[in-house]
Amino acid sequence: MLKLNMKKTTRQSLVTYAIVIIAFVVFQLLSSFGALSNLIEGQLVNLCLYAILAVSLNLVVGISGELSLGHAGFMCIGAFTSAFFSKICTDTIGNDFLRFLIAMVIGTFFAALVGFLIAIPVLRLRGDYLAIVTLAFGQIIMTLINSMYVGIDKNGLHISFSSESALHLEPGTSPIINGSQGITGTPSIDSDYRFFVSILFLLLTLAVSYHFINSRTGRAVMSIRDNRIAAESVGLNVTKYKILTFTIASAFAGLAGAIFSHNIPTLVATTKNFGYDKSIMILVFVVLGGIGSVRGSMIAAALLTLLPELLRSLTFLPDGIRTFVSENRMLIYAVILIVVMIFSNSPRFVEIRARLKAFFRRGTKKEAV
Amino acid sequence: MSLLFSSHPLLKIFGRFKNKGQKQNGDLSLFCAQVSPGFDLQGVCILEFITYLIRGISLGSVYAIIALGYTMVYGIAKMLNFAHGDIIMIGGYVAFTVMTTLALPSYLAVIAAILFCTLLGVAIERIAYKPLRGATPLAVLITAIGMSYFLQNIALLIFGSDPKMFTSVVPLESVRFYYDGSGLLGVKAFWTGAADPVLPDKLQNADVLTISGVMIVTILVSVAIMIALMVFIKKSKTGRAMLAVSEDKGAAQLMGVNVNKTIAITFAIGSALAAVAGVLLCSAYPTLTPYTGSMPGIKAFVAAVFGGIGSIPGAMVGGILLGIIEIFSTAYISSQLADAIVFSVLIIVLLVKPTGILGKKISEKV
Amino acid sequence: MKMNLKRMIALILCVVICGALFSSCGAADSDSTTIRIGGIGPLTGSNAQYGNAVKNAAELAVKEINEAGGINGVKLSFNMQDDESDTEKAVNAYNALKDWGMQISLGCVTTDPCKAIVPSTAEDNIFLLTPSASSEDILKDNDNCFQVCFTDPNQGTASAQYIAEHKLAQKIAVIYDNSNSYSTGIFNNFAKEAEAQGLEIVASEAFTADKKTDFSVQVSKAKSSGADLLFLPIYYTEASLILKECDAQGYTPTVFGCDGLDGLLSVENFDTSLAEGVILLTPFAADATDEATQKFVKAYKDAYDGETPNQFAADAYDAIYAIKAALEQSGRTVGTTAADSTGENDADLINGSTSASDICEAMKTGITKIQFDGVTGEGMTWDKNGAVSKEPKAMKIVDGAYTAM
Repeated sequence: MLKLNMKKTTRQSLVTYAIVIIAFVVFQLLSSFGALSNLIEGQLVNLCLYAILAVSLNLVVGISGELSLGHAGFMCIGAFTSAFFSKICTDTIGNDFLRFLIAMVIGTFFAALVGFLIAIPVLRLRGDYLAIVTLAFGQIIMTLINSMYVGIDKNGLHISFSSESALHLEPGTSPIINGSQGITGTPSIDSDYRFFVSILFLLLTLAVSYHFINSRTGRAVMSIRDNRIAAESVGLNVTKYKILTFTIASAFAGLAGAIFSHNIPTLVATTKNFGYDKSIMILVFVVLGGIGSVRGSMIAAALLTLLPELLRSLTFLPDGIRTFVSENRMLIYAVILIVVMIFSNSPRFVEIRARLKAFFRRGTKKEAV
Repeated sequence: MSLLFSSHPLLKIFGRFKNKGQKQNGDLSLFCAQVSPGFDLQGVCILEFITYLIRGISLGSVYAIIALGYTMVYGIAKMLNFAHGDIIMIGGYVAFTVMTTLALPSYLAVIAAILFCTLLGVAIERIAYKPLRGATPLAVLITAIGMSYFLQNIALLIFGSDPKMFTSVVPLESVRFYYDGSGLLGVKAFWTGAADPVLPDKLQNADVLTISGVMIVTILVSVAIMIALMVFIKKSKTGRAMLAVSEDKGAAQLMGVNVNKTIAITFAIGSALAAVAGVLLCSAYPTLTPYTGSMPGIKAFVAAVFGGIGSIPGAMVGGILLGIIEIFSTAYISSQLADAIVFSVLIIVLLVKPTGILGKKISEKV
Repeated sequence: MKMNLKRMIALILCVVICGALFSSCGAADSDSTTIRIGGIGPLTGSNAQYGNAVKNAAELAVKEINEAGGINGVKLSFNMQDDESDTEKAVNAYNALKDWGMQISLGCVTTDPCKAIVPSTAEDNIFLLTPSASSEDILKDNDNCFQVCFTDPNQGTASAQYIAEHKLAQKIAVIYDNSNSYSTGIFNNFAKEAEAQGLEIVASEAFTADKKTDFSVQVSKAKSSGADLLFLPIYYTEASLILKECDAQGYTPTVFGCDGLDGLLSVENFDTSLAEGVILLTPFAADATDEATQKFVKAYKDAYDGETPNQFAADAYDAIYAIKAALEQSGRTVGTTAADSTGENDADLINGSTSASDICEAMKTGITKIQFDGVTGEGMTWDKNGAVSKEPKAMKIVDGAYTAM
């Protein structure tokens, strides 16, 4: 059958694509029948972009085995460069789609560039030192952008790190990046198409990830992860492979950021949006989805993005409980996180589960006999 | 000469300072630097420099106490306890409740906070981290993050979102140094609740350097804690057990060290330190919200890595340096970009010395 | 092991998703006698105090209105959703409220999240009256958004004018929150107007949301700049810390602030003597002696364990009553009581089954026609843009109480 003609890895990736496409079709159908709640409908693009972020961070954490706590920083770069581009080209490029696509490319490119530049010095460090330095870079990027004022008038580009008035713009021109007030009113494509486009970008990310992991390069990266010294001794250029992985992951984080900035009316570089909170959140997706598993990262990202939002509106619960749940969403989220981590990772529980599984298997076998 | 210096703000700090028409204090005015427009530098003089330095050391001491907890837990359990910052906040709330709601004296509040946090730390270790011993480090990290969210939201549920104003536990309000061009004229202590001391005439018009009591106490406490910890680890049996566990868990167990107990004790000490840090932090910066601990927690983590994670003097040095850099960059460069500068310095240090300032170099085994 | 984990999460989520899907259906057969008002604000996270104040006050106002028989018999119900002061969460909260069947929106409590939902409300044509999101951007390019509070430029300019007019100071130091658009908004306009008025800003020190506990450096620099007035376009929590720091450093400037400073005296455990002499331009003061304020403050304290309402609460309380006034003004709520119901113009009536868009059309004109007396001002009126016109009052804190100047 079909199975026989395919490599395991190909089958795996096809299943993942199928999940994405089916999810897309289902959501589209539900949405066209009006059966989808506004809450979920508003989340669709976010689901895609968090899935992209998780899948790309998985390349660093899962495949390359380095702990990065600054992924949101690259998202920030992508978001701001692309939104900046869209803002200044609102009039020069009339076609929404074209401008949107170029913005995506620009966001991706700049995030990749910064990722590359940061990777060169940083990847010399290991483990927790690397984690803290990536966290630091993420915070630096966010802080810089948050206190940056950029404007354009007929005299050219003005940049300041102190205040709007220090830009000395011509009267009547307002700054494009206005410090902590960020970028407002980024032109984007019609909201009806955004989900479709984001799904395409998600598929692209998945395809690149799978291709990367199953390629010669990917195997080299994984061998470095598993035993760096052994990999080095067979002549693999450790630095090159690590920088490559890090750059690819940053590029996709930039893409996700670009989608993010074109899906929200005001873009501000707050800790919530691009700080370590966000980086940690993406890391949670990756770990919960199963480190190294592309599909797992994607699904965990989608489910965990929905979870806290859905706890808002559990209409089937009695009023009192519903209010409690809605007001203490984050508490419940935290408890679920801890419980899930303990149950899925604790050596004791893993053992109990294995025993149970063996027991049931024996049971079913006996019945079968 | 002065033109050259005025062209660059950083040069000016280190270059020959000149007085910018401000009423300054005697001989000290020699050291007064000039304002540079780009970086919002205001008149800088030696008096301010000293004040900032003391503030930096004091802030750094708080980071250091928190970082000590981080470092000990990391050294022994090999895990980044992201919930550590939130134990600080819990410590603050416990002290606040005892002092304000129960109206008990402040020393009882400190004791209560330490006891409560110690128990809390042990309980967290027992419930959330112990089952995960032997699991991947990332799984433990995520659990710790979950625990951090949990503590924040439990505090939000119990205490609400309104910030509480924390009353300082230190009865010494401030110490003021009086001086003029000829030198130090006198030192006076101001106590909370007591009438201000009467100033003799010669001090009335003298220049004043004010150092708040909390700062002095914070610095002293952190030094005391560091020395005590080092003695404890070097001399006591439990301390040596900790060292053994941090070197090699398996071998320690074979030598008859009770690993579980040692780890539990480490968490107890780390959390007790967090409680002390919480009380001091809230005394110095008196707002208390469920999120009070998260930023100092991250900073302390940075400090621990900065100094070399796993090393006790390293945590101390890292914390204090971080505090000084933070205050100085806020004061002399830009208050907006202070965090960016702190993190940049960290990156530079780590690139030059990849295991932190006092970190041990680990040779890799095949 | 991964499988099991996924199954667990999947199971939990299935239950939850079903709930969410049902919720959209549930809204359809809504109760026609209740108009649903939705509010969004930070109920958790570091700005939670503002969101909770709005929630409490709005719920109080709704309860009072309903107990007094509603709006000609039509009851109100209020649902407050959490946005953690985050733009993305605000959009989610807005969508959740739409699922609930929201007909009128109180917008968001803080500025950035509110900016994020404004385009959606304009598209959906849902009437938005925000109590406290004060940026001018909220009123731009739409006709459905209105504010109870002053706009930021208005506050910044008014402050500079007030200082110049009353000759409070020549040299001014400013400490503002660089990561907050409310604060930077006021500061920028203050700086412009101060220059025009010939005032000198000798120090402008910023802080960010991540570093809002340690103000020692900012205060030192304000002190050494020789400023005799300290302008604080920030919220009261940080202001209380700054005042404490000023005291510790022996710096005694005139302190001047905007509406964000209101609430200063009710910070738990704050030594109010430090706030002595602080001047603030604010429409509301909890200690004002007029009847409306006193009634509101008493009701609020009774309902919420003696908590003193702050300016956010007052704005929210007024927002709900202004919605009531505008609904009444439209004249279309009359007749829903049994006695009046003649069944003639039923299609024209506003009640729980009217679409949000229809209500919005009625409110847009309704609100511009009312003259509303609330706790944050008397004779408040709104223009077509959505900006409110009311008198800013300068308050001075004397003997631990707000006193009108």
